Amino acid sequence: MQKKPLEYYSDPLPGVDYSELHGKLIVIEGPDAVGRSTQITRLRSWLEHEGHAVLVTGMSRSALAGKGIQQAKEGNTFGPLTMTLFYATDFADRLENEIIPALRAGFVVLTDRYIFSLMARAIARGADRDWIEKVAGFALVPHAIYYLRADVQDLVSRVVVGRGAFDYWESGMDMRFGNDMYESFVRYQTRILRALDNMAERYGFRFIDASRPPDVIFKDLQASISDLFEPAQPRIASGPLL
Amino acid sequence: MPYFAPNQYRGKLIVVEGIDGSGKSTQISLLSQWMRSMGVAVAFSEWNSSPLVKATTKRGKKKQAFTPTTFSLIHATDFADRMERYIIPMLKAGAVVCADRYAYTAFARDVARGVSRSWVRNLYRFATRPNVAFYFRVPLEVAVGRILGGRNAIKYYEAGMDLGLSKNIEESFRLFQGRIFQEYEAMIPEMGFHVIDATQSIEAQQQQMRDIVLREIGDSLRSGVLRTEGVIVSAEKTA
Repeated sequence: MQKKPLEYYSDPLPGVDYSELHGKLIVIEGPDAVGRSTQITRLRSWLEHEGHAVLVTGMSRSALAGKGIQQAKEGNTFGPLTMTLFYATDFADRLENEIIPALRAGFVVLTDRYIFSLMARAIARGADRDWIEKVAGFALVPHAIYYLRADVQDLVSRVVVGRGAFDYWESGMDMRFGNDMYESFVRYQTRILRALDNMAERYGFRFIDASRPPDVIFKDLQASISDLFEPAQPRIASGPLL
Repeated sequence: MPYFAPNQYRGKLIVVEGIDGSGKSTQISLLSQWMRSMGVAVAFSEWNSSPLVKATTKRGKKKQAFTPTTFSLIHATDFADRMERYIIPMLKAGAVVCADRYAYTAFARDVARGVSRSWVRNLYRFATRPNVAFYFRVPLEVAVGRILGGRNAIKYYEAGMDLGLSKNIEESFRLFQGRIFQEYEAMIPEMGFHVIDATQSIEAQQQQMRDIVLREIGDSLRSGVLRTEGVIVSAEKTA
């Protein structure tokens, strides 16, 4: 996709002046249990130490829809399309009310997942790829998308050793991909990984091998993110920053 | 680009559209009663009525927290829930589903709010294509007069106050409804609406609707859809 950072993918948001945005938008993507939040916590302190103002945001944390999604998950019917669109509402609310204002103020926005997980979950549940790509087409193009990639068996180990139990939603049990949580987890996460892999080239993901120790991963991310600020950041996006 | 998925089910889908105050709710209610009285199993779905999404919509409206995009998306979420949980199962079961407002409402309102036309049309691509779609056409001033004269205060989003068209709520309502009206008018050929002149008497409008329904899906109503009793539907005048 020939789009510059902080442009929209396919449809502009009404009322947004894109020329006012000049922060950095950095996306950490990857499947469940791959270790995204550990990295984000460390990246945040490092970036703040470097003198950047940082906003961290992530899925279903919006003021508007976060609670509604939580309640819907507790109920007994949450259809795949409804879920996808509820998450899209949540994303739009955070984009317009948190991410864009922060970028306008020159913040570094670190986001724990972005439209890619949202799209991958929809695709894993049978949604049409063109449909969901266009639905999410109001998203801003990030400066960098780091794809923390690990194999399904690696994710399984992390869940079993790290968390001690499979989660209903992380196992895609709403779709009953398998007879039990383990089988469903393996099939669902395989679909998610396939969907994300298929997006990698189109959206310019940067692969990070997440099977390595957290320290090594962090050093990789740090080195790559440093480059986003080199050479000295122009005050206005007068040219490609990448 | 095809807007909707074709209706492959045994049941049929009838929708009514039009600006506020066009009288469409009265008409779809009369039409449902008529079909029920003839032994057809009828289901009814109203715009913005999903219990799953209700609390979120309410929160957003109360705090005036919606942008055109989130307003559009939450209504699509509501629609998806009704589609997945109610409309599709009813159509599969063979009922005639009557919908008071459908995706076209979003096409008109959200575009009037500045959302991209092609984006919102794509958003609802999962919707089932109606077998019959009625559009109740009424001059803007008549509809606005009915709403302003008829009931309680107009609400913030209903009047499009979020767009800042005017500080006066009635004036804003007029301007916003005018935009919606234009979107509906432009959709007539695109969407194949059956246009009903909503300045006619209630009886005349209803007669016209029944004639159209019999012409379009009469065979299915007689044999095809789920029936509640053995009554044969006939094309007798009812007015």
